[in-house]
Amino acid sequence: MTIPAPKSGRTFFLRPQDLIGIIVLAILLLVVLPLALDNFRLQFVGKYLTYAFVALGLVLCWGYAGILSLGQGVFFGLGGYCMAMYLKLEASSVENTKIQSTPGIPDFMDWNQITSLPWFWEPFRSFGFTTLAVVVVPALFALILGYALFKRRVGGVYFAIITQALAAIMTILIVGQQGYTGGINGITDLRSLHGWDIRTDSAKTILYFVCVGLLLGCILLAYYVKSSKLGRILVAMRDKEDRVRFSGYDVSSFKIFVFCLAASLSAIGGAMFTLQVGFMSPSFVGIVPSIEMVIYTAVGGRLSILGAIYGTLLVNWAKTSFSESFPELWLFGLGGLFIAVVLIFPNGLAGLWQSYVAPRLGPLFGGAAKRRAAPPSASPPASGPVAPAAAE
Amino acid sequence: MSSDNENSIKFSSMRRKLLMGMAALPAAPLLSSAGLFSTPAYAQAPATAAVNTTGLAVTDTEVTVGILHSVTGTMAISETGSVQAEKLAIDQINAAGGVLGRKIKYIQEDGASDWPTFAEKAKKLLVNDKVAAVMGCWTSASRKAVLPVFEQYNGMLYYPTFYEGLEQSKNVIYTGQEATQQILAGLDWVQKTKNGKTFYLIGSDYIWPRTSMKIARKHIEGHLKDSSVVGEEYFPLGHTQFNSVINKIKLKKPDVIYAAVVGGSNVAFYKQLKAAGIDLSKQTLLTISVTEDEIDGIGGENFAGAYSCMKYFQSLDNPNNKEFVAAFKKMWGEKTVIGDVTQAAYLGPWLWKLTVEKAGSFDIDKIAAASAGIEFTKAPEGYVKIHPNHHLWSKTRVGQAQPDGQFKVVFETPDLIEPDPFPKGYQ
Repeated sequence: MTIPAPKSGRTFFLRPQDLIGIIVLAILLLVVLPLALDNFRLQFVGKYLTYAFVALGLVLCWGYAGILSLGQGVFFGLGGYCMAMYLKLEASSVENTKIQSTPGIPDFMDWNQITSLPWFWEPFRSFGFTTLAVVVVPALFALILGYALFKRRVGGVYFAIITQALAAIMTILIVGQQGYTGGINGITDLRSLHGWDIRTDSAKTILYFVCVGLLLGCILLAYYVKSSKLGRILVAMRDKEDRVRFSGYDVSSFKIFVFCLAASLSAIGGAMFTLQVGFMSPSFVGIVPSIEMVIYTAVGGRLSILGAIYGTLLVNWAKTSFSESFPELWLFGLGGLFIAVVLIFPNGLAGLWQSYVAPRLGPLFGGAAKRRAAPPSASPPASGPVAPAAAE
Repeated sequence: MSSDNENSIKFSSMRRKLLMGMAALPAAPLLSSAGLFSTPAYAQAPATAAVNTTGLAVTDTEVTVGILHSVTGTMAISETGSVQAEKLAIDQINAAGGVLGRKIKYIQEDGASDWPTFAEKAKKLLVNDKVAAVMGCWTSASRKAVLPVFEQYNGMLYYPTFYEGLEQSKNVIYTGQEATQQILAGLDWVQKTKNGKTFYLIGSDYIWPRTSMKIARKHIEGHLKDSSVVGEEYFPLGHTQFNSVINKIKLKKPDVIYAAVVGGSNVAFYKQLKAAGIDLSKQTLLTISVTEDEIDGIGGENFAGAYSCMKYFQSLDNPNNKEFVAAFKKMWGEKTVIGDVTQAAYLGPWLWKLTVEKAGSFDIDKIAAASAGIEFTKAPEGYVKIHPNHHLWSKTRVGQAQPDGQFKVVFETPDLIEPDPFPKGYQ
């Protein structure tokens, strides 16, 4: 993963402090964590990072455009299921499934008395189609939903409720159609990608780096959207929708676009999740995971692209370590963390950074960099995670 | 709760690392005198190197196992009994001298009623803690989620729940009944004694009820004389509106309602049956999903008269069971009830101990091979034996629910039933 070097401080879409933030995150994910953690813990981080894709989408969709979606799990699930269908077909070769009454179809279909592969599973034999579907299917779904709702000017809380209902519908659909979807068990026992065993430790490490690479790419994309004219219209729309509309902009199209973008980002996360964890189930699609994903974003700071990534890592890490140390009490600890976020730092980690850390760092290096117009990479921060949007 | 045990677990991994570090430094001067100082408490214990060739968490005095159930979330109410039974069994085994002269220590993890969490924790137990065996899982979904983990990292899982079958793994011992064991004898009984000719099948919508009903339907239509299925319906997990199906039941008047409704739906289902005027002392209802634990939620008066078909009831009258029930209540309180799965969970640690001792080793491959033929004569349900397919030979019983929430056993198969996870003619 290479980060393009800035040509000049003004026309480039990244501000110097953003670039530093991304570089610090890249170093943390690509160098520090792989060296500091054993393989087992690193795989957990890889899993957490797949949720970071969703959080990233939510920053754009919720933080910048003001569209709160409580159904991002649906898109995470769609991406994950597309990938899982491909992997399951590969794992269900005739020789692997010869004990079934119909060899060659996924095991759960056989348990549900289905005797031939349903038509919509067929295209998922192709890896090319699957990769395309991971991004396109959720976007298409978001397009239809967005078109139906935003064109009718449904927004705000109504939109949030509809997306939540959607998450519930999706779960019920998947659970109910268990012959085609694996039901509540999900699609399990995924083994290889194009003949490459994804269950080995080395494969998991490679997938971790692929995941980090994709995430950094998506972060750059998010920054690009944020700094473009489009990004400014999104913010304007969030703050004063009517004014933007009266200025002649087609508000709903912008909303549809950012909603589709967030959907695709979530779906990439879902596909990476399936690859790393080795299964997909409706428990990632429903209301609870969808809201959890909003919480990750809130803890990190919904206005901060990098903050959302740190928020996701922090909440998931806390979830894992609390539950290991106190299996019977950990939910209280997690609840306490969320209450603390709302009461003590409502703008999340990024808000803390901006109000406490950045003002002190500002005169040290932000201002100095500006005065001397030094290249940003010349003054990396001393230590610690850097949330973005340091003081101007 | 045994607080000593809890504490020792919390710090166990750190302590292990510390001990290893400390051992490395003064090892040389101590070596010569080691013979003098070592006074093994378990003199007969075989050397660790011999019984543990694959790096499991086994020391000269201890062996670590994992307990992996949901203690939070919707499944906690069902799985708590299993955790209690497993801890009881471990305590009893330790009191009787442990396994191969080693005390059992457990690490408990919370699956949080969430299947991916089960997979994550299973991996943690196997990879990080290197536990010698795991007692755990409850729902089919959680088992399906952890199965690839156990097969990949070569662990051993003792799975307590009655389940749908269609599975067999070197890395799992199924201590509950598979579907044919639980279903066929009960159907035969209900047809013979209740003259059941028409059946109405009702279940929750997931793999276990669906598979069970498939087997039941094949048996009713293919093997019982002049019998037929007059209705078959499934409801999403957590569903609470059963009025429409109850109306259909009233219309069709089946001889037998055959139910596999699970979890919280049970409460709504039986209360609404009663409210609709269906008297379970007149209308025969046979279920495969209601144990004493569920009656706790449904209320004994709402369920009295119905029949449950499984391998264990708390009221079983035999010396093993009396001892077990007394010990369980002493450890966990007078008010606790013991259901079928709780008893099956209790078998897990004991079967593992017997297998390890037969194999003379903690190695997973060796206990997987030694499992077939293991007999446990002290089982509360009576005598059980592990079949080469890693399921248990067991009896099937039918109990009639009493208003106090207990079952009166009205039927018991004379012989142990062979487990058959891939039943021919029922798929």
